Amino acid sequence: MDTPHAASTSPQADAILAATQRWRSQIPGDLHEHLVEAIFEQAARVADRAVSHPGHEARPTFDRRLDRLLTSRWTGFPIMILLFAAMFWITITGANMPSAMIASVLIDHGHPWLHSLFDTAGSPWWLTGLVVDGMYLGTAWVVSVMLPPMAIFFPMFTLLEDFGYLPRVAFNLDRLFKASGAHGKQAMTTMMGFGCNAAGVIATRIIDSPRERLIAIITNNFALCNGRWPTQILIATVFLGVLVPPALAGFVSAAAVTGVALLGVLLTFVVGWGLSRTVLRGEVSTFSLELPPYRPPRFWRTLYTSLIDRTLFVLWRAVVFALPAGAVIWLVANVHLGGDSLAGHFIRFTDPVGLFLGLNGVILLAYIIAIPANEIVIPTILMLTVMVTGLHGVGSGAGVMFELESDSAVHDLLVAGGWTTLTAVNLMLFSLIHNPCSTTIYTIYKETGSKRWTIVSALLPLVMGFVVCGLVACVWRVVA
Amino acid sequence: MSATNPSSSATLPVVPAAESAHAGCASCSVYRAANLKKLGVTMDSWDYVVALAGNPNTGKSTVFNALTGLRQHTGNWPGKTVARAEGGYAYDEKRFKLVDLPGTYSLLSTSLDEQIARDFVLFGQPDVTVIVADATRLERNLNLVFQVLEITERAVVCLNLMDEAKRHGITVDERQLVRDLGVPVVPTTARFGKGMPELLEAISDVATGKFVCRAQRFEVEPGAVKPALDDLMAMLIDAYPDLPNPRWVALRLLGGDESIVEALRSGELGTLQGFGAREPNVA
Repeated sequence: MDTPHAASTSPQADAILAATQRWRSQIPGDLHEHLVEAIFEQAARVADRAVSHPGHEARPTFDRRLDRLLTSRWTGFPIMILLFAAMFWITITGANMPSAMIASVLIDHGHPWLHSLFDTAGSPWWLTGLVVDGMYLGTAWVVSVMLPPMAIFFPMFTLLEDFGYLPRVAFNLDRLFKASGAHGKQAMTTMMGFGCNAAGVIATRIIDSPRERLIAIITNNFALCNGRWPTQILIATVFLGVLVPPALAGFVSAAAVTGVALLGVLLTFVVGWGLSRTVLRGEVSTFSLELPPYRPPRFWRTLYTSLIDRTLFVLWRAVVFALPAGAVIWLVANVHLGGDSLAGHFIRFTDPVGLFLGLNGVILLAYIIAIPANEIVIPTILMLTVMVTGLHGVGSGAGVMFELESDSAVHDLLVAGGWTTLTAVNLMLFSLIHNPCSTTIYTIYKETGSKRWTIVSALLPLVMGFVVCGLVACVWRVVA
Repeated sequence: MSATNPSSSATLPVVPAAESAHAGCASCSVYRAANLKKLGVTMDSWDYVVALAGNPNTGKSTVFNALTGLRQHTGNWPGKTVARAEGGYAYDEKRFKLVDLPGTYSLLSTSLDEQIARDFVLFGQPDVTVIVADATRLERNLNLVFQVLEITERAVVCLNLMDEAKRHGITVDERQLVRDLGVPVVPTTARFGKGMPELLEAISDVATGKFVCRAQRFEVEPGAVKPALDDLMAMLIDAYPDLPNPRWVALRLLGGDESIVEALRSGELGTLQGFGAREPNVA
């Protein structure tokens, strides 16, 4: 109110503003503060009359003891990391069998059956290819890869959330966020981002300073979203799990996924720190974080809600994107131009760059096809690898996505496609550090209303991903 | 809001003849609560609009789910609801539209979630505003109650989390609260559906005018402010005849609330008056 106001849209509003200015200079003291004080006094008086507390000082409750453990400087972080690693381990080991069962029904049996049905009906080869080999297989793959981990991970996460653990995580992370120049409430939006980045971006509405809200929006992408969990889990299982004896494989895979997730949190701080010292300079705002009491979750209700609202919702979204993506994959692999398919041209063209980055042309093409949804990255990579290596005996020809009977078959196929441990590690890194999916980009545009910040949010992680992968590849080549 | 749907009662489901045999029962709140129709989001017309406000993490979304039969995800952390959620229910042959607002500690802040809540209570003109309060932290929750009562009298205080209060040995004299606040106060444990029949009845009573709220407004402004307040209020009423709470807007202007100043300058205040709260960028 101290600065002169720009002209408003109506003369009446101008007059009111002018009168406000005039009166304000005549009123002694700060009216706002006076009002707030009056309300506080009133609330204290009324509450005092209505509430009776137990006379004696309550002995340390279960809540307080638990809080001391979960938010302590020494035990807070280890417990947090162990808890999440345990959840990943349960997800990784628990999802294998149901995944194989779904794949056996949908792919090993469903796909040939559908194929013969189309053939009997006299469908032309390209229609069968587009619908059965492209759209159906792509979707079936996504369902069998994603449904089991989500059905295990989300209920666990939701139970933890209902219990009241998330505010404790936020409390632990607050110090780090503050040190990086961001808002402590960003811990909350990061947690939301672990489910879905678009949801995380919307959740930044709880941050009142525009500067800190922008930091939260731009860095939310570093929270590994559920579209990327399956990629991490699969690659960690087939490439890193096999480096150690089978008994330790599950632990090593879970540790690798936890490591990538933690790296994401670290990058959130680093990027936040960088932004708040360059283009988004400013003061850190303070806020009070309420640690709600621990509440025993209502188990069955929670299970039901997380299955219906989260698992099926996310799965539906993946299916909606997998259908057209499956068709696109089949088309780029089967539409030929000058003796080679479209995919073949692209891969030959980008392979040198991809290999320099410790990735390959197949992965780069997969990430372009998967812009609408990260969920379909792995199916796309496998399909394209089959086509490039010209392997026979797996799948049924160019551009056909297929289920491989076991994880080791995935491993063998990718090795035949020129993959090394470096490729696997860099794919996990690139999966963490690249542009957000199109839904998130659109959400960022709607929330910020700025094309400029939307472009920054999309390109900054992509460039960072290339740099990180390139650096890792260089160091790897020197060391190995 | 009810004024926009004058004919909606015509679409109400008729109570079957068999039930009318128990005519005596129909006037009893227990009977009516048993006949609660959870309408979910399938609502095209309504008789009353009810807003759910309250501090973060007091169980607004749980109350919302209990009344509408919807399953909005609820989480045990403050700041879970950042946009408005809407649902509906039918009670005592009237249709109620329920709007779940983001949790706020006050109506005076600047973050987007708090603005959504404030704009709806202020400009959405709900027929009833239910303020969900945490019984274990009553004093802090009352700060918001009083701020809402400054804007609208037609309110019900839902004293939630009574089970936790009991666990901590806290007792709340709700009749004393009713006397001090001048609006109905209903103790509830929404997680287990306790107190919902009473809450439904209290909402209905305030909506239909059966219970006339006499909110204890206190003279918050110093005497020196009175002429300023009167002057600004007169100007506001002149410029925006449909503005629901000119007194509150004038107080905020004098208190230097930048967001209200901005709303006035951009002409937003004029478009907000008497209209449902704006819907900012809900994806």
